[in-house]
Amino acid sequence: MSLLSVRDLTVKFAMREQTVTALNGISFDLAKGERLGIVGESGAGKSITGFALMNLLSRPGYIDSGEILFEGDDVVQMKPRALQDMRGNRMAMIFQDPMVTLNPVLTIGEQMVETLRAHRQLSREEARQIAILKLREVYIPSPEERLEQYPHELSGGMRQRIIIAIALLLDPQLIIADEPTTALDVTIQADIMELMLELCQSNQVSLILITHDLGVVSQMTERTMVMYAGRIIETGSTRAIINDPQHPYTQGLINALPQQTKPGQRLKQIQGTMPALGRIPAGCPFNPRCEYATATCRSQIPPMSQFAQVQVACHEVQRLQFEAEANRKEELA
Amino acid sequence: MFAYLVKRAIQAVAVMFAISLIAFAIQGNLGDPLRELVGQSVSEEVRQQLRDELGLNDPFLTQYLRFVGNALQGDLGTSYFFKEPALEVILKKLPATLELVLGATVIIIGFSVPLGVYTAIRPDAVLSRVIMALSILGISVPVFLTAIMMIFVFSVEWGWLPSFGRGDVVHVWGYWETNFLSLDGWEHILLPSVALASIMLPLFVRLIRAEMMEVLQSEYVRYAKAKGIAPWRIYFIHALKNTLLPVITVGGVQIGTMVAYTILTETVFQWPGMGFMFLEAVNRVDTPLIVAYLIVVGFIFVVTNTIVDLIYGLVNPTVNIARMGA
Repeated sequence: MSLLSVRDLTVKFAMREQTVTALNGISFDLAKGERLGIVGESGAGKSITGFALMNLLSRPGYIDSGEILFEGDDVVQMKPRALQDMRGNRMAMIFQDPMVTLNPVLTIGEQMVETLRAHRQLSREEARQIAILKLREVYIPSPEERLEQYPHELSGGMRQRIIIAIALLLDPQLIIADEPTTALDVTIQADIMELMLELCQSNQVSLILITHDLGVVSQMTERTMVMYAGRIIETGSTRAIINDPQHPYTQGLINALPQQTKPGQRLKQIQGTMPALGRIPAGCPFNPRCEYATATCRSQIPPMSQFAQVQVACHEVQRLQFEAEANRKEELA
Repeated sequence: MFAYLVKRAIQAVAVMFAISLIAFAIQGNLGDPLRELVGQSVSEEVRQQLRDELGLNDPFLTQYLRFVGNALQGDLGTSYFFKEPALEVILKKLPATLELVLGATVIIIGFSVPLGVYTAIRPDAVLSRVIMALSILGISVPVFLTAIMMIFVFSVEWGWLPSFGRGDVVHVWGYWETNFLSLDGWEHILLPSVALASIMLPLFVRLIRAEMMEVLQSEYVRYAKAKGIAPWRIYFIHALKNTLLPVITVGGVQIGTMVAYTILTETVFQWPGMGFMFLEAVNRVDTPLIVAYLIVVGFIFVVTNTIVDLIYGLVNPTVNIARMGA
């Protein structure tokens, strides 16, 4: 049985003029201990997916329909009390910007101890000891002193380590990390990712890593899900997605990586931008930016289908494959 | 810490200097003190002689320096009407005013925090809308009108509470007499305190609500939810503490302002405090008393502001008073 099973999850935002759909019938599964990457441009619905899994969308966003089965319980139907018991305990989240995630007026110790005591019958001292232990696990030097400090006294990298330690406090089944290194220095990014990978593996924790960085995804995850305009457009093993992407959008993302370009050449961008919610075109949402788009693409939403080693939502995937094959033969000949 | 205190003290002295200059400048323009001091039958020659004796013919700067010199020794002049040192007259009235301000402050803090928090947490609830509508009303209606209406309802119509004076006060020490140690004292201070609080309370409710709503949108509040923290703890530990930081700064200034607001309240309720005294002094053109009042109120203002800044530094961990100004 999978740890997490999302079926037809639809999230809407009730704006003043209109209600827009931010997530459009998303379905996926996650096995225990599995690490899944969710990639896509800004506005694709990655973060919304993350918050929806915790049932923590802030207004005007709300879950319109669908189910999120987590260890057999439907998160969508959970009462506030049950949600409160689940959050931080069975399912933990790492936020994007460590500079604004921790409460500025509470000490690190207070913010760790309260989390433990919210879910376990522990004395302050017992909770403190566990907190110190977890801070050691994330390689925080002299953790006893850190507990007395306030967030502003610590660096961004240090704060994100502490947030990772807080996520691990109650040995959750699943950690959702929403762009955990975007706000950090490049040099620290690698350290944090390595730490997360190590901890997930050693603690047998499932991870959903939300990022726009394909490099990170290939390092960290076993499976990848590519999102565009509130839909999953391609999903499969990370290796297959990186080495043999089928959807023109995924191909575009990978071609845009600097490693794919020789020095001196211009980076290959995907032309155009992600459509705003409420202005998503008919048919395949990617069609205005897609060089292979046909009349079908402009009128019908492509269904998800198995192709090569991945699941992909594209009408033209067969033709693409055929052309690619032909090109390859030409090059060889 | 010490460096910060010195810095604050220098600032306070500068402000007091400005206040004294303004207060003294007023003195020279509030009519002829001789008219108040002597009768009509006194001849012009005698008047001139008196002017010389009182130093009223000296240049402005000489007079001002003399005034400051005396003020530093605690001599703010002698009241024409009471024939007593002005400072003493004011200090005798001070306890009544401070108790009134204290009463109003307790009401403001006691009600604004729960009301502000409630309206922030449940912005759409009917009760919240009622509170917000009433707060606008409270801010709009002038204090004297609120006071008179309360007297009409609670004293005249229903006869529940006394309409004027301090009632039975209990002598504590020196000339400090308190309202808070007798039932009659409590009954007397209730209406004036509510009247004095009537402007500031709605202001504080709205301030706390606005700050709290902003804090509730913050990432750390969302994070606290993601950690599974109980709602009451999120509201009262995570959010309220951050909400109160800016409120303390504004609030401290307002408490200082309230000392000045007492003029209206004290006059309506015939409350024997500084404000009531000040209005009488204005009517009697008791210039030294007016000047002394301005200086004392300015002093209270400066002191409350300094204390508030220190408290802010203690509450806000990102401000380190010990290292400030060093």
